[in-house]
Amino acid sequence: MSSETKQILTTDGIPLEVSLKKAERRNKIKALMLVAPLLLFIIITYVFPIGDMLMRSVDDKMVTEMLPKTFKAMEKWDGKELPEEEVFAAFHSDFIKLVEEKREGKLSTQLNYTKNGFKSIIKKLRRKSKSFEEGNYKEQIMAVHKRWANVEYWQAIKRRAPAYTGQKYLKGIDMFKNENGEIVNVPEDRRIHRVLWLRTLEIAFFVTLFCFLMAYPIAHLLATLPMKYSNLLMICVLLPFWTSLLVRTASWMILLQQQGLVNDFFVGIGLVADDNRPEMMFNKTGSYVAMTQILLPFMVLPLYSVMKTISPSLMRAGKSLGGTPFIAFWKVYFPLTIPGIGAGCLLVFILAIGYYITPALVGGASGTLISNQIAFHMKSTLDWSFASAMGLMLLTGVLAIYWVYNKLVGIDNIKLG
Amino acid sequence: MALPKYTEPHYRIWHYVYLTVCAAVFFFLIAPLFVIFPLSFNAEEFLVFSDGMKSLDPDAFSLRWYKDMIYGTKNPWGLATKNSFIIATFATIGSVILGTVAALGLSSRHMPYKGLIMAVLISPMIVPLIISGVAIFFFMAKAGLAATHLGIILAHIILGTPFVVITVTATLSGFDHSVTRAAASLGSNPVNTFMKITLPLILPGVISGGLFAFVTSFDEVVVVLFLAGLENTTIPIQMWTGLREQLSPTILAVATCLIILSTLILVTAELLRRRSERLRGINR
Repeated sequence: MSSETKQILTTDGIPLEVSLKKAERRNKIKALMLVAPLLLFIIITYVFPIGDMLMRSVDDKMVTEMLPKTFKAMEKWDGKELPEEEVFAAFHSDFIKLVEEKREGKLSTQLNYTKNGFKSIIKKLRRKSKSFEEGNYKEQIMAVHKRWANVEYWQAIKRRAPAYTGQKYLKGIDMFKNENGEIVNVPEDRRIHRVLWLRTLEIAFFVTLFCFLMAYPIAHLLATLPMKYSNLLMICVLLPFWTSLLVRTASWMILLQQQGLVNDFFVGIGLVADDNRPEMMFNKTGSYVAMTQILLPFMVLPLYSVMKTISPSLMRAGKSLGGTPFIAFWKVYFPLTIPGIGAGCLLVFILAIGYYITPALVGGASGTLISNQIAFHMKSTLDWSFASAMGLMLLTGVLAIYWVYNKLVGIDNIKLG
Repeated sequence: MALPKYTEPHYRIWHYVYLTVCAAVFFFLIAPLFVIFPLSFNAEEFLVFSDGMKSLDPDAFSLRWYKDMIYGTKNPWGLATKNSFIIATFATIGSVILGTVAALGLSSRHMPYKGLIMAVLISPMIVPLIISGVAIFFFMAKAGLAATHLGIILAHIILGTPFVVITVTATLSGFDHSVTRAAASLGSNPVNTFMKITLPLILPGVISGGLFAFVTSFDEVVVVLFLAGLENTTIPIQMWTGLREQLSPTILAVATCLIILSTLILVTAELLRRRSERLRGINR
């Protein structure tokens, strides 16, 4: 068809189609140029560093570079019985170099991650190695401590040979690669991370549930009240929303302490005895109560904005057609609010799953979440690669939820305030 | 919410139950904030209501914690307040400029890969703060910006821009593009059109996005915990340290000031929202 029609030309003789395309392209470039500064900024300072976390989490070059000769000599070792003199000699020469550079402490920290017990024997080796004689290093090293004569420790060293490793991810779910290269669970009494992941999910789930149960009635009230009343009540939602997180956490610390107002109230109504005030802070209860109150506005606002669009005549129609108010609510009103419920629940869940400050302050040992563990490894143990690995595991979970959110609500439908 | 006269008794009861539940939830939301006020005027050092306070004895109240906050010799609140305001101000300016310009591009109908780019730009808001903190710390440490004001400001720009992008694109969604074309046809250049026509119309959105960015920066503690040195301490950092070590009434005095500040911000944001709705013709 189009080939038969005569081409339309613009005044300067260029076909209209070409001219239009050119203009479109110019507009496209203009739009891209406007977005470019922020996009580049975010990519450089934020997206790349997250990629950097990925590199760090699998990077295991440190030990590889500290013991180059040892690992070269170990290539021929089958890893079943104690290695030959050659490996011991190579290890000795690597070790002497590390001692000269004062880096043997780092080596012991790194090896200790793989197997406990390296710290003391490396310290001992450093002291004794000064008086080592040339040759026959195998016996001299084995004489330092009986663990040096234990094949398990040499196997542990060999496991650190590859420059890249997934062991931090395994550690994050309480598993490890054993001597035979099988992936197994760590002993029962040393599993801490799985409990934390489950607790994080549990707390995030229940906080979301509590928020939903509390937000639904008040969002409904706010949406149905006349404007002048609802604006006033809206302040009750918006003021906490705008108030500093730490201020709100501080007020819960005051309320929930043993001599605090909540306990006073329980004693006052005779629920508990004065000398037997329950501990409501520094445990899970503290995390639940404080997080629910802090995240509640994030549930109310999306619910409210959806409920506001539902015409009240729908409920009246439902009732006039013979439904009781409950049936009319359940069959007519509730289904219409589902988009708001989805948005609110996912928003609260995503925020709760990554919570850090409030659990750290009111959660105590039994109320801390996976974020607290990440911060602990970033700031205290300085095992940054493990912190990165756990961060990325958390991020994968959040992105999965986010993807669902996008499918249900659409990313550009996020509403604030 | 008066019920019609013909309402059956059990629905009447149900209605009052519903109102009671709502009242309880509102109380749960707002009451914790009000515990802080009276206790910050406590004359004693303990964070409980003394008998004197319960009987409203004037001697049980004092301003000593406010004096301690301002004049206390060991107190770092002065430095923290200064830092917080400097960081939040520059972070807000940066976020508003970058975010508004990007939002203008994003709301153009010629924008390619809109969904993907929007997802990248909003990601700092969705990714848990602890992960952002770790990532940003790695970047700043490499760039030599850890423990500097500039590093923290840049970090807060990252965290603040999503709010600006969202509020400004929302404002632009109701924007009538024929007014800018009209300006262009009357001979105005693009910069002039933006300053004289577009900006005044989207200003409420820009300012409320800026408020979000300001509050985000002013209240941010996770990322700063990783980045800040002793010199860069901010109000949230000081509160965090204080709350971890011991809850002193001075913290409550600071908290009271912060609540007053957030009330001011709330009022401004509310007024702006209403003005924006009026300008865009969504008046209810």
